[in-house]
Amino acid sequence: MPANRFNGHTDYGIGIGLRSPHYHHILTRKPVVDWFEIISENFMIDGGRPLRILDQILEQYKVVQHGVSMYFGSAERPNREHLRRLKTLVQRTKTPWLSDHLCWGSVDGRYTHDLLPMPYTFEAARITAQKIREVRDFIEIPVAVENVSSYAEFHVSEMTEWEFLNEVAERADCGILLDVNNIYVSSQNHSFDPFTYVNSVPAERVAQIHIAGHSKYRKYILDTHDHPVIDPVWKLYGRAIERLGHTATLLEWDDSIPSFDEVHDEALKANRFLASASLAAAV
Amino acid sequence: MKLLSLQRRMARAVMTPLTSSERMRSVAPDGRSMRAVASQIIKPNDRMTSFERLEIYNRQYWFRVLSAFAEDFPGVRAVLGGRRFDAMAKAYLIDCPSQSFTLRNLGSRLVIWLQKHPSWAGERQNLALDMVRLEWADIEAFDGLREPSLKPEDLAGVNPAKLRLHLQPYVSLLALRYPVDELLLEVRKDSDDLDVASNTFNERHKRKRVSAAAKLKPSPIFLAVHRLDEDVYFRRLDREEFAILFALHAGKSLNAAIESALRSSPIAVVDRAAHVEKWFHTWSALGWFCRLEKSPKNEKAASR
Repeated sequence: MPANRFNGHTDYGIGIGLRSPHYHHILTRKPVVDWFEIISENFMIDGGRPLRILDQILEQYKVVQHGVSMYFGSAERPNREHLRRLKTLVQRTKTPWLSDHLCWGSVDGRYTHDLLPMPYTFEAARITAQKIREVRDFIEIPVAVENVSSYAEFHVSEMTEWEFLNEVAERADCGILLDVNNIYVSSQNHSFDPFTYVNSVPAERVAQIHIAGHSKYRKYILDTHDHPVIDPVWKLYGRAIERLGHTATLLEWDDSIPSFDEVHDEALKANRFLASASLAAAV
Repeated sequence: MKLLSLQRRMARAVMTPLTSSERMRSVAPDGRSMRAVASQIIKPNDRMTSFERLEIYNRQYWFRVLSAFAEDFPGVRAVLGGRRFDAMAKAYLIDCPSQSFTLRNLGSRLVIWLQKHPSWAGERQNLALDMVRLEWADIEAFDGLREPSLKPEDLAGVNPAKLRLHLQPYVSLLALRYPVDELLLEVRKDSDDLDVASNTFNERHKRKRVSAAAKLKPSPIFLAVHRLDEDVYFRRLDREEFAILFALHAGKSLNAAIESALRSSPIAVVDRAAHVEKWFHTWSALGWFCRLEKSPKNEKAASR
């Protein structure tokens, strides 16, 4: 959806991930970019150059925070130090919403630093939703959860991934960051129809969309964010926009990062779909 | 199976060390059958077994943490050599898995761990420990907290016998046996060169670097690792300079710190005041003193 309560009633366009190889280009050339997404953990620090650069970026651009280690789905309670640092950063960036993944990655205080898949059970949905509420209540801005790419499914699962996403979002009353590349990757790894997934997501909860590239191996696809977006993912994105309307969209490119212009040009390809959505809305 | 139980099982499997050919073990070091663990929790599909699917996460975990660790400690790698460093890194990460939401803290326990496991560095233990201290201080200086700097007016009317000065949290004081600062700068310079060089050139440089580390002779240095204009610097200190700063950091008053530091100094008594004045002028210009009532304990402020 365009502006809604899960993205702070904003109407952002096409953004890209803020990555260090592009800092110099952005700060010296000041390219026109709708918004940047930052990885929260890279800036949840006490001082130094990263925060100085972030402040310079904030002077000229809109920034949205995206986390990688809140682990909404971990059975353990949120780490208080993590929450405290996250809130400090939220106050600095004034991000209208905050996203992190529908996954787990830590247990008993040990961190894997990976986005591990959830078992799709009602117990997991209840625990995850509770944690999302706890985080949102602490940081006091809307939260959106992102579907992850996965390479394994659990015997204990009681529902499909999209049913689990919907169950969690309903219970937590939170937003969804719909990653269409992740849907595509998981659909290939687990043999489901990605369009069924996109068609099942509650449109009114979608705060933002992610697009990205991935790597294909013999038996599976890995979510590597090191390639341009492939056509099947663009088609899936097109369907998502058809359902959701003009939605804030972000291209992730995290490895083998090309020039700023190449990344931005790739992201701007989303315009052909967004333009149709705007036209449809006007009509 | 309950969520917590499943997550414990999977995390244990994911964090199990890989084989020497970087595959998932069929049997974990504690005797668990990894095939059994995988098939109990993960479904197979038409292309992959439960074991193969779990292995993706097992490999990703180790590739990620080892790569982050190596990125943080290129100097230690130069001291130990690539193969030994990689083995040491695996052993360290098995004993000290991440307990933080950020990979930045992965090496926070390396000094203590290496002290307890000297066999990894062998004859180069002291050199390796010095390098670990320096590289960890570098990480701390890079993004450590900057408190408001002390200004001359903050000192107006304060009795020097009672005055306690506090160092910025991002400043680390290191007393080292080896001049590892020079070695680390060489390693970094090499890395910059290697980014644009051929493989043959890279291999030659790697050998040169390891050989340089092996030849490094003990030569005690005193170092402040600090930040200026958001760049991290290694500043060599005189013995007395270090002693004053260390005493101040330990909570001694200004007078007591100066007195204890200069007690056995070879600097002539008539010259001492000029030295102290020059040092304080430099430290103040670098913004090392802060207005904090109580400076957070700098755990890395290490002495031998």
